Amino acid sequence: MGDAEIIPIGTRGRPGRGTGKQPSSAARGLAPSTKTKPARPAEKSSAEPETPTREAAAAEETPSTAERAPTTTRERHPLAGIPTADWLAAFQYAAREVFGEQWEPQLAAFLAFLRRRVTGDYVVDEYGFDAEVTERFFVAALRPIADKWFRLEVIGAENIPTEGGALVVSNHSGTIPVDGLMTITAIHQRTGRHLRPLGADLVFRMPIVSSLARKGGATLACNEDAERMLSGGELVGVWPEGFKGIGKPYSDRYKLQRFGRGGFVSAALRTGVPIIPLAVVGAEEIYPLVGNIPSLARLLGVPYIPITPFFPLLGPLGLVPLPSKWLLEFGEPIRTDEYDEIASDDPMLVFNVTDQVRETIQQTLYSLLMKRQSVFR
Amino acid sequence: MVSGRNGKIVLVTGVSRDLGRRFARCLAANPAVGRVIGVDVVPPRGDIGDVTFVRADIRNPVIAKVLAKEDVDTVVHMSVIATPGSAGGRSTMKELNVIGTMQLLAACQKAPGLENLIVKSTTTVYGASNRDPAMFTEDMEPRRAPKAGYAKDVAEIEGYVRGFARRRPDCRVTLLRCANVIGPHVTSPITSYFRLPVIPRVLGFDARLQFLHQNDLFQVLQYSVVNDTPGTFNVAGDGMLMLSQAIRRLQRPSIPLPGFAVGGVGSGLRSARLADFSPEQIAFLTYGRGVDTTRMRAELGFEPAYTTAEAFADFSALLPPTGGYTDRALAALESQLTGPAMLGGGPRG
Repeated sequence: MGDAEIIPIGTRGRPGRGTGKQPSSAARGLAPSTKTKPARPAEKSSAEPETPTREAAAAEETPSTAERAPTTTRERHPLAGIPTADWLAAFQYAAREVFGEQWEPQLAAFLAFLRRRVTGDYVVDEYGFDAEVTERFFVAALRPIADKWFRLEVIGAENIPTEGGALVVSNHSGTIPVDGLMTITAIHQRTGRHLRPLGADLVFRMPIVSSLARKGGATLACNEDAERMLSGGELVGVWPEGFKGIGKPYSDRYKLQRFGRGGFVSAALRTGVPIIPLAVVGAEEIYPLVGNIPSLARLLGVPYIPITPFFPLLGPLGLVPLPSKWLLEFGEPIRTDEYDEIASDDPMLVFNVTDQVRETIQQTLYSLLMKRQSVFR
Repeated sequence: MVSGRNGKIVLVTGVSRDLGRRFARCLAANPAVGRVIGVDVVPPRGDIGDVTFVRADIRNPVIAKVLAKEDVDTVVHMSVIATPGSAGGRSTMKELNVIGTMQLLAACQKAPGLENLIVKSTTTVYGASNRDPAMFTEDMEPRRAPKAGYAKDVAEIEGYVRGFARRRPDCRVTLLRCANVIGPHVTSPITSYFRLPVIPRVLGFDARLQFLHQNDLFQVLQYSVVNDTPGTFNVAGDGMLMLSQAIRRLQRPSIPLPGFAVGGVGSGLRSARLADFSPEQIAFLTYGRGVDTTRMRAELGFEPAYTTAEAFADFSALLPPTGGYTDRALAALESQLTGPAMLGGGPRG
């Protein structure tokens, strides 16, 4: 073996440190080569012509191995070698952080919940509403958005009956029905009741959206379902403007569109439940609709393809809603139980009640707009 | 309504198939029923007990002679088939279903002694689409008229049955629209679908399903043979199961496929004789269907013994799970955590 070990010092006269072109040889020696593994420096030294031990060609197989062996370490998996006890302690600490002091029963309950979901051991109602997943995931995920992003302010929540059937009628806006989701969240937060939205048939034609809608408690906006839900004592939400309201241009904001054919009123009249008008301010500004591509919309079979100042321009980033300030005002319930059974077949009465609801919402919208300091505050 | 003779004489069609045979046997054991005559083109394979089997084709006027000779007072029509299966192609199925029913009803009309007609129909007549109400009542029509297949056959059969009811007002007609019949021994499109080791389903949709246990089907048919309850009734177990939930309960893996791909997979499975995916079956597995059973309880006075979930549990009890890894992993995690973590948590916490 080589009796003279040459330990290179410095750069040997070549420009090294400080020139910025090349790292110093000491630094190069430390840096693991990309071509070969650092665990086998003997090969590396022969393969690399730039190594400073060029003169020691005679003894090239051994010296660097002998020199480096103690310093080189095998690339280790970051998680390997941690004892199980440490894992357990870390896990316990994390569990205490997440679930508090009572973490063991909490975690057991959570695991039991997960298993129940995985084995399908839960109950859905006849509309496909999954109360458990709605409460645990949908409402839980929407609550921070409602509180922090849109800073929902709810007025008149005491007008929502705490039990029995009722029909919440709201204005519709915002290009994407975020207002519906926020209303569901707000009502669940204030009263603990689930609002059961009535959706257009398009909702139930779209994949993913349809299954989420059914899980979240929605059903088709048709007289049969509305009456069934209302007589079942549910709190039902309708947006009678439909796509006319949600897809109206930004210049028409806060102008209520036609309220359908008043089907919601006849459903309420037939079941004798109160109608609660709801005015939502703020949803118009989340995606200001400035344009539409009707030809593409027709091709895809959807009512409109929105163009907002940010949407196709910024791509997916344009889907982030603007953080407008939201005000929700629930009006006085309009009672329908004093009308008799045949009232729902009286078109004039249905139109009158529809107009009454519409006017109430429009007036509330104006007063809320006066109250709001600015769009974002 | 029960005549002075020793119980009713009931003619049951479609006894060569498993459900028909089992029902005929159940019915023969019923004390209110005197004789049961089973009719089909091929003899039944299993035990038929006290049932008298008559080999006759309901597509053929011979059936009128059987009705007259045996002095039948009640006809239970069960030979409406959902799949061509062994019978042959779609045209054979249509002939069996529609022409068979027409001939049978024609024979019934000519039989003066006939008092009751019970037809086992299906909730498939309501179709399945995104514009469906959540729960169909008996008065509702399908949102889109069925264009082909089983649903169209059933719609036509129901039309003929209604026509018969008009022409023979003295004869009591009960039309039972049964939800998908399920049970450990049932072979039907929906059960062969759930028997697949890996279940394809439509991506992004979750159908609502209702089931009727086979025993409940036998019970409701017997009930309507014995009791005088004319009308059309939806028959289904209580409650609802989502398709995803049902698959999870089976502990079988599923692959979500886009709607158009499911049809291709379906035809592949059909040629492999594994399962049958007709277009209305795919629509059903996409949108699902719910039927309202208020009238069954209030007017028919029948209460199914099994809920939808119980019927499905009974069906799945014999099916070995092919998946369920997640559940086992979670169970292992749970036992791990509740074991050492509880012990280790004490001194630390």
